[in-house]
Amino acid sequence: MPVMSKNLAVVAMSGGVDSSVAALLLKEQGLEVIGISMKTHETPHMDSREGGTCCTAYDINDARRVCQQLDIPFYPINFTEEFSEKVIDYFGKEYSQGRTPNPCVECNSQLKFAALLKKARELGAYYLATGHYAVKTRDTLGKYHLMKARDREKDQSYFLYKLGQEQLEHVLFPIGKYTKEEVREFARSADIKTADKAESQEICFVPDNDYASFIENELPVYKGTPGNFVSESGDVLGQHRGVHAYTVGQRRGLGVAFGERAYVKLINVEKNEIVLSDKDGLVSKGLVAQKVSWVHREFVTSGQMVEAKIRYRHKGAKAFVHINPDDSVRLDFVEPESSVSPGQAVVFYRNDELLGGGTIEKPIVE
Amino acid sequence: MIYLDHNATTPVDADVREAMIDCLSDQFGNPSSLHGLGRKARKILEDSREKISQTIGASEDELFFTSGGTESINLALRGSLQKIDPGLLKLGKPHIITTAVEHKAVLETLEELKKEGRLEVTLVGVDSKGRVKLEDFQKALRPTTFLISMMWVNNEIGNIYPIEAIGHWVRSQKILFHVDAVQALGKLEINLSKIPVDLMSLSAHKIYGPKGVGALYILSGVKVASCHTGGAQEMEKRGGTENLPGIVGFAQAVEKIDLKNDNSRIKILRQKLESGLAQIPQSHVQGDEGSRVANTLSMTFEGVESEMGIIALDREGIAVSSGSACASGAVEPSHVLLAMGVNRGEAKGVIRFSLGKSTTESEIETVLKSFLK
Repeated sequence: MPVMSKNLAVVAMSGGVDSSVAALLLKEQGLEVIGISMKTHETPHMDSREGGTCCTAYDINDARRVCQQLDIPFYPINFTEEFSEKVIDYFGKEYSQGRTPNPCVECNSQLKFAALLKKARELGAYYLATGHYAVKTRDTLGKYHLMKARDREKDQSYFLYKLGQEQLEHVLFPIGKYTKEEVREFARSADIKTADKAESQEICFVPDNDYASFIENELPVYKGTPGNFVSESGDVLGQHRGVHAYTVGQRRGLGVAFGERAYVKLINVEKNEIVLSDKDGLVSKGLVAQKVSWVHREFVTSGQMVEAKIRYRHKGAKAFVHINPDDSVRLDFVEPESSVSPGQAVVFYRNDELLGGGTIEKPIVE
Repeated sequence: MIYLDHNATTPVDADVREAMIDCLSDQFGNPSSLHGLGRKARKILEDSREKISQTIGASEDELFFTSGGTESINLALRGSLQKIDPGLLKLGKPHIITTAVEHKAVLETLEELKKEGRLEVTLVGVDSKGRVKLEDFQKALRPTTFLISMMWVNNEIGNIYPIEAIGHWVRSQKILFHVDAVQALGKLEINLSKIPVDLMSLSAHKIYGPKGVGALYILSGVKVASCHTGGAQEMEKRGGTENLPGIVGFAQAVEKIDLKNDNSRIKILRQKLESGLAQIPQSHVQGDEGSRVANTLSMTFEGVESEMGIIALDREGIAVSSGSACASGAVEPSHVLLAMGVNRGEAKGVIRFSLGKSTTESEIETVLKSFLK
C-alpha cells in the first residue's frame, strides 16, 4: 500500500455539477485529484436524457468527461453487488415492514464513507471528497464538527449524520461554503460539461420516484399482498395494494373514496392493515430512535434541547433529546409534530451544527 | 509507461503508420470510381486483400473487409442466419452452439438473436482450466443446428482451442463453422488451406494495426447476407466506401507478423513474469498451461480486488487489465472465470497481463518489483 498523502484526494464523482466542482476546487487548491465514480446499479431504461440522473452509464460518462476536462485521472469502480445488498435490498425490506427507508443515508455510511473511503486510502489518498452541501470544521482541540451548508436550501448534512470523528478526519466537502448558483458559476467559468445539468432525482435507483412499482418489478420478494385500509376505530374502509406501497403521512394515491382528508397513520404489518386518519391523527409528542450515532458524543448532553429534523425536507422542530445507555434515544417535541415515519432518519442539530442522528423506531403518541 | 495490455489493443507499428500516412496523403481516391485515382485506390485495396488472404491460406475472393472484429462476427452470425437453408428452417428454430467463454461480441449477438426469437443457442461449458471437450459439442448437436461458433484463442486467459479437431467434426456434420480468430492472428499460425473453417473473424488493431478495420473470411460457396446495405462494395457483403488507409495498415501489419521470433522472445518474458508472480501467496495462474498463447497471463490474487490493483498499477505507470467492462467502464466479474467455476470472490481478483513485441525484460522486472514489494 502506498504511503498516504495529504496532497492526494479522491473525489467521488456522480456525474453532476456538485461533485464536478468539488474536483475543480481541490485541483485549484493545488491538490492532486483522482476522480472515481461508483457504479451502483443497472437501470438501462433510465438515463439522464429520460429523466433519472444518478449513476447511470451516462452519468459515469459525464464524470469521465469532466475529469478529462480537468485533466485528472478517472476510474469507475463497480459497487453493484454491495449496493444491491446494502442499499436496494434494505430499501425493499424496510418498505415490506411498513417502514420508510432512507437509502441515501445507508449509501453514504456503508458505501461512500466506508468502502470507497477505504479504497481511497488504499490508493494513498488521505482525503475523500464529495459534492455534498455540508461544512466540516475543526476546533482548537482538534475535534471535527459537521455544520449545515451555507446554502440552506441545498444543505445535505442530514444525509451525513453517521459520520464520526474517524471518518471526518479524512473527508472533504469542498462546495459546502458556496451556494448552488455559485457552484454552477464555477463550473461555467471552467467550461465544465455538467455546469447546467439538471438536479438529480430523489432516489437514484427508483425511476420517477415510484417506489411501489419499483418494489413490485425489481424486488418482488418484498411485495406485500392486498389488505384492508381501516379507520382508527377498526372499520374497514377499503383495499390497499400491499404495505410496501405506503408511507406514514402519505395522502396521495390512497384511492378516491377517502377524499383529501385521509392520511396513512400507521402500517400494521402483522395484520396487513393500514390505519387511516385525518391530519390531527398523525400527531406525535415524541419519538424513539435507534442505532443512534454522534459526530462526537461529548458534543451533546442528555436532556438538552436540539432542533430535530425527522425527514430531509423537514423544517426542524425543537425537542429534548434523552440519551439511553444503549444506542437509542427518546426525543420529546416541544410542540407536537406530524408524520413521524418509522425507518426515516431523525437528525439533531444545535444551531448550525449537526450533533448526530438515528433511525426512527416509533412515534410516541401518549 | 509499461504497457502489458496487448490483448486489449496494440501500439501501431511504425511501418504500418507510414503505409497509412502514405495512403492518407496520396491515395484519396474512391476504390469504386472508374477514373485513374479510383483505379489506383482499387488496386491498393485488392493488393491489401491479397496480402492478408495469402498469409492466412485463403484465396483473395474469400476475404471481406469490415470495421473490425465485432462487425465481422455480426456479419458471420447474422449474415449466415439470413441465408440459412430453407429446408433446415422447416425442422424448427435454427440452433447455434458456442462456448461459455466467447467474447461478448459473440455472446451478446447470439443473445440478441435469441431474444428476437430467431434462433436457439447452446453454450458449451468449460472445465476449471477453461478447456472444452469435443464430445460436449457432439452432445449439444440437434437436427436444427446450422452453425458452431468458437474462438481460437481466449482473450482473457489465452487458451488455444482445438479448432482443427473440432473443425473436422463440424465439417463432417455439414454445418457451418465460425471461428473468432481476433486473438489468434499474430499469435498463432493460421493456415485455412489445412483447417476446415467456413467463417473467420479477424481484426487489425490486435496485431499492431489500426483500430476500425477487420475482415471476415468466408469460404468460397458459403452464403452470407449483407448486414450493411448500401453500395455494392465487398461483393455486396458490406456496403459503404472502404476504409482504405485502415485496410492498407491492416495488410502492412499482417505482413510484419513474425511468429517465430516474437513468440519465443515473448514466451521467455511471460514465464519470467509468471514464475515471479507465482511467489505471491494465494495467487493462481488461470487457464490451460498445456495450450496457451505465449503472451497472455491471467492470474487471480485472493483477497485482492482487481480494479483496485489495476488503478494502483496505473498510478505507477503500469497498464494491465482484468475481465470485461460494462457501458460505464466499470470492471465486471469475468464471465470466463465464472464459467471455469472460479468463485465470484476470486474472479474479482483477476489481473490479465498481455505482453507484446515491445515488452522488455527490464519492464517485467519493474512489474515484479512493484508486485513483490
